[in-house]
This record gives sequence, structure tokens and C-alpha cells, in this order.
Amino acid sequence: MKTETSAVNINRGIGDFAYPEVHVRDAGTGLSEKTIHYISDVKEDPDWVREFRLRGLKTFLEKPLPTHWASKDLEAIDFDKIRYYLSPGTATKRSWDEVPEDIKRTFERLGIPEQERKFLAGVEAQFDSEAVYSNIKKAVGEQGVIFVGSTEGLKNHPEIFRKWFGKVIPIGDNKFSALNSAVFSGGSFIYVPPGVKVKHPLQAYFRINAENFGQFERTLIIADEGSEVTYMEGCTAPKFNTTTLHSAVVELIALKGAKIQYITVQNWSANVFNLVTKRGLAHENAEVKWIDCNIGSRLTMKYPSVIMKGRKARGEVLSIALANDGQHQDTGAKMIHAADETTSNIISKSISIGKGRATYRGLVHVPKHLKNCKNNTECDALLINSTSRTDTYPAITVRGTGNAVQHEASVSQVSAEQIFYMQQRGLTEAQAMSLSVNGFVNDLVRQFPMEYSVELKRLIELEMEGSVG
Amino acid sequence: MKELIVENLHVTIADKEIVRGLDLRVPRGEVHALMGPNGSGKSTLAKILAGHPDYQVTKGKAMMDGENLLELDPDERARRGLFLAFQYPSEVPGVTIANFLRAAMQSRLPEGEELEATDYYAKLYEKMELLGMDRSFTSRAVNEGFSGGEKKRTEILQLAMLEPKYAILDETDSGLDIDALKTVAHGVNSLRGPDLGVLLITHYQRLLNYIVPDYVHVMVAGRIVRSGRRELALELEERGYDWAREEAAEPVLR
Repeated sequence: MKTETSAVNINRGIGDFAYPEVHVRDAGTGLSEKTIHYISDVKEDPDWVREFRLRGLKTFLEKPLPTHWASKDLEAIDFDKIRYYLSPGTATKRSWDEVPEDIKRTFERLGIPEQERKFLAGVEAQFDSEAVYSNIKKAVGEQGVIFVGSTEGLKNHPEIFRKWFGKVIPIGDNKFSALNSAVFSGGSFIYVPPGVKVKHPLQAYFRINAENFGQFERTLIIADEGSEVTYMEGCTAPKFNTTTLHSAVVELIALKGAKIQYITVQNWSANVFNLVTKRGLAHENAEVKWIDCNIGSRLTMKYPSVIMKGRKARGEVLSIALANDGQHQDTGAKMIHAADETTSNIISKSISIGKGRATYRGLVHVPKHLKNCKNNTECDALLINSTSRTDTYPAITVRGTGNAVQHEASVSQVSAEQIFYMQQRGLTEAQAMSLSVNGFVNDLVRQFPMEYSVELKRLIELEMEGSVG
Repeated sequence: MKELIVENLHVTIADKEIVRGLDLRVPRGEVHALMGPNGSGKSTLAKILAGHPDYQVTKGKAMMDGENLLELDPDERARRGLFLAFQYPSEVPGVTIANFLRAAMQSRLPEGEELEATDYYAKLYEKMELLGMDRSFTSRAVNEGFSGGEKKRTEILQLAMLEPKYAILDETDSGLDIDALKTVAHGVNSLRGPDLGVLLITHYQRLLNYIVPDYVHVMVAGRIVRSGRRELALELEERGYDWAREEAAEPVLR
């Protein structure tokens, strides 16, 4: 297969490097009201944001860790040892030439500027807490599309920002959305005006460079009536021996007839706790589609959701999770039907390798008074070794008549006979494994944009090579 | 020394000896039929030559063109020119025939060299035509939901594409109706030539009407008890395996 420069960082080895820290803004270690004021001062937050942060902190401290249903591994996070805000203290640049040399070479090594030239409508690059670069192609900007970091969005477009911020995911949604609300920094702010269809994807790249650090970006995307946008995010971090925390909040709003496609390829190093809340609101006839691939991290907990608020709204989650030794991918989807004739689709595929563990949690909710709602859920798990583990927790409440729900689940294993058969044709054991895994995800990956499907296949190959023999 | 040689081979699975001192030589360019009743160890021989991990060689040798086969991993044996058409081919869910064969052919190229896609598809379509297979087959997942006949045809397609030095066909005729049998035989016959040695494992002499062997061996209870020309198969059909079984008391080795 021809390997072109890709949309995704393909290999955790490639991301496994760190340059010396260059931060002049550092909120220090641990979390208190002082931390919040430091961040608010540095960012020159308006008062309402400072208050929002303080409420976030209060809620975070009050809420227990959700270990009554989620992994006890969460207890390994020492919130007092984490640094909550680190930035070089320079403004976000519009040109790579202006980005400080040592930060620029990080992104060059990850191939970001090259991809931007090739196929992207815009790029934002976040380094630890702040966006160091953000730019969109001139033609896209001229259509009135806004694509900036959240700090800048708040400052320069307060009228749109404030209207939607925190409305889809309230502070108290869960412990980690509260944490994000307290210390959020970075992430993207996107507004697409009515009727504008952004042809090429907008991409954000999140990079953690510092040790003992937490990244808390906040992304807000508003697609106005009849508009369309695709957003892709990638991420890497070096492998440190200490834990790193990544806890983002992503809110999507698709107004009447709009379409948002949000693509994630999560490839954090294996010391990262990735605890992310993602939710989209689809108005009448609008569509929110999450494509969510989780390959990296120590523990990921993420359940992209869609609230279908308007008639004929559509929600979709296509997800792939790969859990290798020492990893737990606790992922899934939530579909909240809140209007007639809304349809949702969930396709989830997980692969567990070695002692890896994949968990699927799904929620489908259709209240009694609604008519002609449909949900389709398919969730398939593939186990590579006898030590691999998978669990499925579907919660489906569909009330009323005239609503249809369909749920299919399967667990399969790559058999020794299948591997022998493939080896007999000349493939090594690792190649046979990786081709089997690719076969398992193939029908799903085909629905992804090309740049992503090619990369995802390579990423899987690399994971399989490392895990056999 | 272009031959596949098996010498005094002993094979066990779970402490049970299935192959018990087997000798066989298949030179390149010849077709050898291996016949025998159920449970005589024919399929075990095929699997052990291909390197199946469940079987253990306790004694003896297996060489391919002077190379010790038993020291090689299954995929190395395959890349060096050994092909096994399986009696029960595995499904490979989600992987299309086109992608599977492409990966298999790619694995035979030196590192850094890419398979030429245009040439590959030209060859694939040519071989499919030879086997009377519709082109739409290339986009179907390997053996998934295939009928018995489709599976066997797919095995022969792979044989034709991979161009091995030696091919072992394990009961390729089982489960085929007469038309499918003829197509498969036509495929194999068209591959016959000085560069290919074939070991044709079959229970029935029927297949040998369509693929005429140079030699016939009869295997009973883990050994070859009789070897001869084409006529041996006919004699066997007439007299049955009991006759051969009696011979097994005192193995006749070629």
C-alpha cells in the first residue's frame, strides 16, 4: 500500500519525543481556587467565565469518582500532582514561520504543516494548554467561517460563543466535565454561517509535551442552518512514566438542516488517562455524526452522544477501539431521541489484544410520546488472545408504539486455523493477524474519509506487529 | 535435486502416532496421487508438510529442493514454494479475495518492492476466467458464505496465482459435483508442467479420470503400502482398500 503523508500520526513511536519545556505561564501543581484565578488572570477571562470556572471546581470537588460503575483504575490519578495550565505565553500565530522554533519542529515532525498544504481547509495546533497556531484557507475565511482557538473565540466572538457555550454539556454532567469547566483552555471554536458547505476538513492537532500535565481543551462547533462541516482531531504525547490527564469537553450544535461530521483518531501514549465528554445537539433535519477511533491511552472513557432535538434529526456514531496490553478502552455511544421521526445509528467495533480490555456502553433513549423513531445498534468485538477481554453494557429504553429499535451484538475470535491458513499463503503471523483485524473493521472503515482509513489500517498493522512474537 | 522428499517420517498429535515411517518422493514436473481409506493419515501428512503447529514430527525428514522443510515456519515454507489446497479452507471474514491474494503475492516480493496493481488484476482476471469464476468474486470475503464448490475453486485460483514449486491438493474433489470437478481438474491440468510437482490426495479414483497422475501411492495406517503407475488406482477401485490394508501388514516401499 502506498503510504502518503497522513492525517493521523500513525505510530506511537513517532509521537514519543519531547523537547525541553518552554513555558512562561505555569499554574503550578495541584488544583485550588488559586489555580482558577491564575488561569482566569492569564487568559483575561470575563467575569462570567471566571464564575463558570469556580462553579466547575466546586462541582468537581463534590462529585465522587464514578468507580461504582467505571474502572477502579481512575483512582490512580493523583489530582494534586497534575499541572493544570502551561503555556509559552505567546499569542496564537497565523503563520508557521512565527511559531517559536522548538514548538514548530514538534509539529513538523508530526507532519502537520504538510497535511495542511495537501488537503485541509484549516488547521489549529495546540501545544500543552494553548493553541500556538491556527489558520484557515483564505477562501474558507471569506465565506464567513470562523475557526480559531477557544480562547480567541471567547474574546473575539463573545455573542456566538456565550450563547452556546456549556449549553449542550452542563458543568455538572459528570466529574470530568466539571473539571474541564474549571480549568479549560485551548480547543477549537468553529462557526459556519447558514448555507456554507466547507468542502475540506478542518483539523485540530493536540499535542502534550510536558510531564505531569493535564490538557483540558474545550471545543465548540456551531453549524448554522443548512451548513456542512467536517472536523478532524489528532493527538499524541510522549510516553512518560508519570500519568498524564486529558479531559476534554466537545459541544456540537447543528442547526436546522446542518451537518457536522466529527472525526477523532486518538493515539495517546499508554500513560494517558483520556476522559472526554462529547455531545452534539441536532435540530430539525440536522445530522451529527461522530467517527471515533481509539487506539492509544491507558484508560479511555468516552461515549459520544447525540441529542436529536428537532423532527427528522439524525445521529450517528461509528467507532473503533483497539485495546492492547495495559489498555482499557471504555467507549460507546448515547442516542437521545427527543423529537418525532428521528433516526440514530451506532456501529461499534472493538479489538482486544493480549490482556487488553474493551468495554462498550451504549444508551438509546426513545420516550413514549414520540412517533416513528428508529435506532440501529451493531456492536462487534474481536478477541485476539484467550487473555483478551470484552464487555458490553447496552441500555435501551424505547417506549411507545411506532418506534423501532434493532440491536445486534457479536463476539468473535481469530482462530488458530484461520491464522495457519493465511500463513500457508505466505503471510507472517503478524501480517495474518493484522489482515484479520483489518477485515473485521473493513466495512466500517470504508465509510471514513480516505486519508483516515489508510492511516487507520497502518496504525492497526503497527499495533499487531508489536503484539505478536 | 528438484524434488519433495519425505523420509521415514513419524508424526504424532496428542501422543497418538498418525504417520508411522512414511517415505515419498515427488519430483518437480510430476503428479503423484496419494490414495487411502479415511483415517490413514493422508491429511495429516499434508498439514505437517505445510507446518501445522498442532502436529509433532518425532522422527524423519522432509526436504524441498534440498532444504529442510521442518525447520521453517509455515509462512516461510509457503514463500519458498509450497502450496496446500485445504480440504476445509478457513474463512477470513471481511478480507476480500483480491486483497488476500494481493497480500500473499506481496509477501513474496523483496522488501521495498511493490506489487504492480495493473499486472496483478490482469493476471487475477485471467486465472478466474480459466476457472470459470465470475469477476464479482474478487470483492467477496475469502470463503465467507461460499459453497463447497466455490471454496475449492478459490483454492485452485490461489494455486494458479501463487505459482508454487509444489502443490499438495488435499481432497480437492470432495463435495464437488461433476461439473465443478471438471472445472477444477481443468485448472490443475493447465498448471501442469516441468516447474510444478503435485501431490494429489484423494479418497476416490474418480478425480484421477480427470487429472491423470504419473504415479499412485496407497497409504494405509500411516505408511505407504503400495506404489505404482496409474493402473494401481484402477486396481484399487476394483479390489477396495481392504486389499491394500492386508498388504499393510508388510509395507511395500518404493
